[in-house]
Amino acid sequence: MSTDAPTTPHATGHIVDDETTGVPTFEASGGDWSQIAEEAARLGEERIVVNMGPQHPSTHGVLRLMLEIDGETVTEARAGIGYLHTGIEKNMEFRTWTQGVTFCTRMDYVAPLFQEAAYCLAVEKLLGITDDVPERASVIRVLMMELNRISSHLVCLATGGNELGATTVMTAGFTAREEILKIFELISGLRMNHAYIRPGGVAQDIPPGAIDTVREALVQIRVYIRQLEDLMLANPIFKARMVDVGYLGLAGCMALGITGPVLRSTGLPYDVRKAAPYCGYETYDFDVPTATDGDAYTRVVLRLEECYQSMRIVEQALDRLQKLGPGPVMVADKKVAWPAQLAIGADGMGNSLDHIKEIMGTSMEALIHHFKLVTEGFRVPAGQVFQTVEHPRGELGVHLVSDGGTRPYRAHFRDPSFNNLQAVSIMCEGGQVADVVVSVASLDPVLGGVDR
Amino acid sequence: MSDDAEKNDSAERKDAAAAAKPGEATTAAQPATAAALEAGGQNVPPGPAGRTPLEVVDVRQGMFGVHGSGDTSGYGGLVVPVAMPGPSERPYGGWFDEVVDVLTEVLDASGTGFANAVESVVVDREELTLHVARQHVVEVARALRDDPDLRFELSLGVSGVHYPHETGRELHAVYHVVSVTHGRRLRFEVAVPEGDPHVPSTTAVYPTNDWHERETYDFFGIVFDGHPGLARIEMPDDWVGHPQRKDYPLGGIPVEYKGATVPPPDQRRSYS
Repeated sequence: MSTDAPTTPHATGHIVDDETTGVPTFEASGGDWSQIAEEAARLGEERIVVNMGPQHPSTHGVLRLMLEIDGETVTEARAGIGYLHTGIEKNMEFRTWTQGVTFCTRMDYVAPLFQEAAYCLAVEKLLGITDDVPERASVIRVLMMELNRISSHLVCLATGGNELGATTVMTAGFTAREEILKIFELISGLRMNHAYIRPGGVAQDIPPGAIDTVREALVQIRVYIRQLEDLMLANPIFKARMVDVGYLGLAGCMALGITGPVLRSTGLPYDVRKAAPYCGYETYDFDVPTATDGDAYTRVVLRLEECYQSMRIVEQALDRLQKLGPGPVMVADKKVAWPAQLAIGADGMGNSLDHIKEIMGTSMEALIHHFKLVTEGFRVPAGQVFQTVEHPRGELGVHLVSDGGTRPYRAHFRDPSFNNLQAVSIMCEGGQVADVVVSVASLDPVLGGVDR
Repeated sequence: MSDDAEKNDSAERKDAAAAAKPGEATTAAQPATAAALEAGGQNVPPGPAGRTPLEVVDVRQGMFGVHGSGDTSGYGGLVVPVAMPGPSERPYGGWFDEVVDVLTEVLDASGTGFANAVESVVVDREELTLHVARQHVVEVARALRDDPDLRFELSLGVSGVHYPHETGRELHAVYHVVSVTHGRRLRFEVAVPEGDPHVPSTTAVYPTNDWHERETYDFFGIVFDGHPGLARIEMPDDWVGHPQRKDYPLGGIPVEYKGATVPPPDQRRSYS
């Protein structure tokens, strides 16, 4: 232990738990399991606690599972988190409202656009400009979010398959996701951590030809998803591992606040896009798929079905973009809208030459305005809001508090992965150790979102 | 280098920096006088018609977050009150009235009394917030969950907020609940003083709040009495302090880049 004064914040030291001294412990890090079991038998110790993770390939990152096992049966399961805590919420309190997007996009890195959208919708609600966001910006947001939903579900299915040893499922899933990441790169400039959705709209309009590119990609994505279905849905090994595993009923879901595909696998068609629409979701035609089995296999089927529903929405969004034609993608209020006009120059994406010419050459006021808005940011009237969106993993909530300043006073993200991991115990206890992997995969936790 | 030596060293550097700027003390920014502060505190912008005055939680001084910098622009003397939306008057609009009526009925019938349990009702930005007295939070949560006309059966967790200037009500725990049955959502908020940060745990009503309360305890130090295992969840078990409190530093080190030094984010000039 360090000798710092008890009040100074410090990094952790090694925990010495006095209560455990005298209890026989045997530590194993790899090696032959039968040797460990023999040693345990020799010591006459019946209670075996296996520490799975935080560095375990099946834990989707750095999730630590503490399993108390009796033979191959899990008698007690606990999830330990915090290994990826980076203090994003605290950091956001020290940046402007616009910069906040850059931080929250890094929370759940498999579905970054949902954090961006939820955060921006919350900021817009605080500003009272929800209705001023141009329709084109809302349609682009929907387009990006639904593509992101597909890519997130694909990662879930791919890694879930990989954890069962089905490498082909993994490669097929990631190849399909690649198509979507290419679209993201085309539209936002980045494959992940886009910071594309901004308070008031989106960072820039979609580039010329993007609509056709997305249409072509959809055809390809459909082929890959069909492949995944062929690989998984009737596969006897896959079904033997998945059916009736990781069961959680409706009562359990409501008590534990589980939302998303896990809740819908119990039969309740609760989807924020329908229950409390945002970004104009009430005007799109799509279904909320549900099932009643509440097991890991059903969740796979639901995620595949949701991919098809998302593609329906993407197609409608593309039609709308085509019909809308060119238009603004940021609120008209120059006190909020980012002043820079982005364009592709010789050295990549940056402020457009016309904009630089204007602020540096002709208009002192435009320069001051640009400088003030970029360095200081805009002020948001004091108050608090809670905005939720339907994240691929469930209901993502953003609790934003403003004190009237240029920075969030408090930004809290209710991440669905964080909440859903509470179900690990009830899903795994009484099952086999091998089923733990399947159950956790069916929850689809992303630790970046869990720990923030 | 040991911590103490480092502190001494940085103190010396600061002294040196002060010595290198003679006259700074004499040309300090205009200090905000007591009278100006009082006047500024009263300068609360009136709310929309039909709403009671706003609730001042802080009075902000200056503009750039830097004091005594020799700023003679006059902005150093700026005094701005920070006010959160205050209690609302009836009618609250929409289904808000119905929910408050039903809750009043349930709480009055149980003998607790609505007036005792709910301190104020705030409607802001089309969202309903109930400020609840901490001793009645479990009862209010149970009423919200169980009454057939309320049926807020899904909890979306707890989040904490630290208002260091709201004396006696520094720490807030904010609960977000959803009624899937009726398609409604509201939040209730409990405020406790820093010196006595105890709130009864709502895990018996909403088991999902287990981890959320642990998180709020971890980051804000709000102690949820009756929680089945109130341990830290994100920070290591032996961590000292509660990182999301406003008086807890963000941390970070100055970064040198091409000869210029960029201070850590919480020490940069800010336009509070």
